[in-house]
Amino acid sequence: MTMQGKSSPWMISCFLLAVFLLAWHFFTLRPAFEPRGMSEEQLHMMEFNGDIVRTSEEGYAWNPEKEKVRGVPGPLMVIEKARTELAEAFVKKGTNDHGIAYLVAYTVSRFAAGFLAASVVAIMLGVLLGLNKALFQAVNPFIQILKPISPLAWMPLLLYTVKDPKWTAVLVVFMAAVWPTLATTAFGVSSLRKDYLHVAAILQLTWFKRLYKVILPGAAPTIVNGLRIAFGSALVAVVPAEMLLGELGVGYLSWIEWNNLDIAGVIFAILVVGVVGVILDSGFNKLAGFVTYQE
Amino acid sequence: MAFLQIDHMTKFFPSHSGGDPVCIFKDVTIKIEKGEFVTTIGHSGCGKSTLLNIIAGLESPSEGGVILNGREAAGPGLDRMVVFQNFALMPWMTVFDNIRLAVRAAYPNWDRERIAAHVHKYIALVGLKGAETKRPTALSGGMKQRVGLARAFAIEPKVLLLDEPFAQIDALTRGVIQEELIQMWNTSRNTVFMVTHDVDEAILLSDRILLMTNGPGARIAENVMVTIPRPRARVTIIEHPHYYKLRNHIIHFLVEHVTHEEETGDSNNGSGGSEKKYPRVVNFEQETLARR
Repeated sequence: MTMQGKSSPWMISCFLLAVFLLAWHFFTLRPAFEPRGMSEEQLHMMEFNGDIVRTSEEGYAWNPEKEKVRGVPGPLMVIEKARTELAEAFVKKGTNDHGIAYLVAYTVSRFAAGFLAASVVAIMLGVLLGLNKALFQAVNPFIQILKPISPLAWMPLLLYTVKDPKWTAVLVVFMAAVWPTLATTAFGVSSLRKDYLHVAAILQLTWFKRLYKVILPGAAPTIVNGLRIAFGSALVAVVPAEMLLGELGVGYLSWIEWNNLDIAGVIFAILVVGVVGVILDSGFNKLAGFVTYQE
Repeated sequence: MAFLQIDHMTKFFPSHSGGDPVCIFKDVTIKIEKGEFVTTIGHSGCGKSTLLNIIAGLESPSEGGVILNGREAAGPGLDRMVVFQNFALMPWMTVFDNIRLAVRAAYPNWDRERIAAHVHKYIALVGLKGAETKRPTALSGGMKQRVGLARAFAIEPKVLLLDEPFAQIDALTRGVIQEELIQMWNTSRNTVFMVTHDVDEAILLSDRILLMTNGPGARIAENVMVTIPRPRARVTIIEHPHYYKLRNHIIHFLVEHVTHEEETGDSNNGSGGSEKKYPRVVNFEQETLARR
């Protein structure tokens, strides 16, 4: 009974996936080309237009190249696309045609650079603000104004000032990640239980030890919550940043496939973004588990 | 001069309603000799915890000061360790690490092994052997405060400040830990200043009990000598002829001062004739001797 209870969510998930794939398949399925009732001339015209191709058995079929942009591609086409892309994952065909593994690596490194830089800056500033109530109150209005600005809104200005799309993409991620961490760190440090600080004061810990032994670990659960929010918003920001800046990455992949009118490629790119997000997120959760504690 | 002296201390808090600052306690002078165990009892809000925090250096007085061993003690220091009411153990550290943090701070010149041995000694002393690697969350309230006591005793402070240390521990465990505290104190003989609500606890542990009137403008009204000889145990101390005399006296004081002694609230013109000689010394031993 308990086994069944445990396995059922998996079974429901698989069932939902199967239903979804089947529905997707049948809704996007087009009947095979039916030449009956068409004159020779019409068929030639269609062949000339590239709508249909001659098959090896002297019949006609829809042109697979043109099928790619007609309607929404079915799951089989997406799987086929994924298969070919993954087969060439580590192939560089040209300056703008790198294998999917490279694209993922570019996006992850861009994301990691922006996120880590933002986290370090935000945690340091947050601790400073959290420990100094007057400063916190003085700076808070500015944080409140800057926080809701979409990180993408900064992009033209950043591009103009740093003049380099690579760094601009990193800075957009930085902008997306810095505010949530800053705000929650300041909150976490300022609401740290006074007792811990009292113990640190009595023990005459140096400020460095106070920071590393008491303040940071004490505020860690709150800081991690902020990092989690920052992580999500940075992940959301990195895709459009790549699209708009034309920097190679999984976000760019989606855009370039759209430019190629390869809708299966777009769907594949979307799935890659999802998978990369899930993997990064689970890695983050593992890290978060190390630093949080139960009160 | 006494070993630890709280000298004409007054504390004001800013008023919540924005009016004049509220006087928490006024002109408090306490003299504690070396190795003495002194307890302060008073109602909630009389400022006894504030008083303890000021001695610890965690808060500053509005007037007056603390003199420890002939020198002014302003600001927190390793010579005055607090045992906190809610334990104040770092939940992200194990029992061992919590105590080691304090030992390392107190003895910066010791090497790793010596610190570890010292920590283990005090963990064993409070009977927590085997719980070294546990985190505070995994411990009961009583065990948490044992860690708190071990941490405080381990740094061998000149003055031990106990801030309602057993208030959050269930009554049965409380008694056991009180006796453990007596044993530890018997060997270390630190000077102790304790704050509590618990009359029995105060009599069991203290050499002297200071009774505080209600705030605002609280004062130390009485200085009750606990002459019951040591070693004391919970079971035998109640047999002593002075035990219930002391207990009743203190409880009477606490009950009466909820309504009585309100002239101190009228502190603006309190400098006049109502100035009594504080604190009044109460000693049942001498009373019985005198009666003979």
